[in-house]
Amino acid sequence: MSGSANDYNPFSMKHVFPLFLFLSLFISSCASNPAQAAASSAHYIENKGSDTIVNLALAWAEKYQSSHSDIRISVTGGGSGTGIASLVNGTVDLANASRRIKDEEVAEAQSNGVEPVEHIIARDAIAVVVNPNNPVNELTLQQISDIYSGKYLNWQEVGGEDRPIVRLSRETNSGTHVYFLETVLRLGSSENKTLFSMDTLLLPSSEGIISEVRDNPNAIGYDGLGYVPEDLKTIAIANEEGGAYVLPSIETVNDKSYAIARDLYMYTDGEPAGIVKEYLDWILSDEAQLIVAELGFVPVLK
Amino acid sequence: MEKSLSWREFIITRLIQTSGYSAILFVALIFFFLLREGLPTLGQVDAASLLNIRWYPIENYFGILPLITGSLIVTLGAALIAVPFGIGTAVYISEIAPRWMREILKPLVELLGGLPSVVLGFLGILVLAPFLRVFLDLPTGLTALAGSLLLGGIAVPTVVSVAEDALDSVPRAYREGAWALGATRWQTIWRVTLPAAKSGVLTAVMLGVGRAIGETMAVMMVTGNAPVLALQPGSLFSPVRTMTATIAAEMGEVANGSTHYHVLFFIGMVLFIISLVVNIIASSVVFRSKKRAERILS
Repeated sequence: MSGSANDYNPFSMKHVFPLFLFLSLFISSCASNPAQAAASSAHYIENKGSDTIVNLALAWAEKYQSSHSDIRISVTGGGSGTGIASLVNGTVDLANASRRIKDEEVAEAQSNGVEPVEHIIARDAIAVVVNPNNPVNELTLQQISDIYSGKYLNWQEVGGEDRPIVRLSRETNSGTHVYFLETVLRLGSSENKTLFSMDTLLLPSSEGIISEVRDNPNAIGYDGLGYVPEDLKTIAIANEEGGAYVLPSIETVNDKSYAIARDLYMYTDGEPAGIVKEYLDWILSDEAQLIVAELGFVPVLK
Repeated sequence: MEKSLSWREFIITRLIQTSGYSAILFVALIFFFLLREGLPTLGQVDAASLLNIRWYPIENYFGILPLITGSLIVTLGAALIAVPFGIGTAVYISEIAPRWMREILKPLVELLGGLPSVVLGFLGILVLAPFLRVFLDLPTGLTALAGSLLLGGIAVPTVVSVAEDALDSVPRAYREGAWALGATRWQTIWRVTLPAAKSGVLTAVMLGVGRAIGETMAVMMVTGNAPVLALQPGSLFSPVRTMTATIAAEMGEVANGSTHYHVLFFIGMVLFIISLVVNIIASSVVFRSKKRAERILS
């Protein structure tokens, strides 16, 4: 720190060396990947994808490994698209997705020699949440759509206090975002081209949305039912005006009376076989579906 | 004996030379890579849609103007905070503070510079944003201002430590000369020491601004990431989306080789060009002032 400031050079050897180190590590890790994949068919299951599912997948993996000590399941998040992309590249055995695989992705997979097979592993409901101090308790799907598209700007317009509406959403790369866009903003119609209002805040994590709703009486947000803590107010939703307002719960999702609910998927390359098949069968067992309920998701009823 | 010495000399010289050239090589390679991945954008998206005001890539709206203005307003705000605070602190540490105070302050500032920006981001979400919302009565505290304040905080240590080094390297004789002419302490700092260290101080400012415009994580956490065109000063109090946050949030999910993928690289290219232009302007200012100083001295 003594020399003249003019000697400061961000590209000096001192700074470049770690880069070399990083690059060489990176290259060697890439090179060792196929070898790992070969070994994984014996004892390893690679499981990657949707951030919505990651906690559930981790809980399953932990439970399953405790009774099958010869099997190692590695679970990572990153988003539904990331998981499916990894399946297409052949780096994972199970891709988690909170949305159905897209046609382009199927085409890309097939051109890579991968045949994605779909398994419904749990159900999920999206809860719309507001600050507990907000007097609004119930909204119709149309009202929520109009709030998010920017038609309503003040809570007064939907029966609340005179406050500006601050819209919170997950980032566009989240499966939850796409699902909310299609099911709520566009009311499930493919001709409907409604978009999120431009000033919708796009937050990179569930935590970001929850902490802002908890703190800000102007805010409205949405997130998977499994991630909504009890100290936020969950809105009861009606399909149309005059319909019954329904709060999300395991029962209302199962009987399909709650409007914003969806299935969660795992994708495999071709029909599963061997340890992956055993694992998937176990996931649909009562023992595993009990964990689904514990985490706030909705079990698949056979 | 003589021969082996010259051999060693040769090898060492070459090694140093290579590491020097490697800087140029790396920058050139990075820029080439950005061009290769970013330029196909111009073939896939026409200029009018790139200059659109809506950014919603999953529906093929690729207007990058809101992102550029978002980055600029956050960086400008950060610079307005970091430059006066940073230079002020550097002047205090180098020129005014007693020796013991200096020994405490310098390591502390360097420690501050080592704080991971994610940690500051947490502070921003949990403390700064709620405070701004209540204090300024805004709809939400996740605004460009929150980003600017955090980035200012992140850039200050960089500015301080480089500017302080520059001030420190001004020969003591300059100050003694000024004092001998009857200049006050302030006059000495303002008219003699700072101008003498001008190029170093400017480098400090550039590095600070560079740190601010390139910072990603903290900004992504506190600016709300709403891609709204930020043109008036009032935009400082509303959410914005920066270029870096966009790349970081969307790169992980994007299909390799898709239009969205190329547009993200295009944004990276724009970011690179902006910092290149800022650096060129800064070094040309330094260069010109050096030439003037040489003329005066000769």
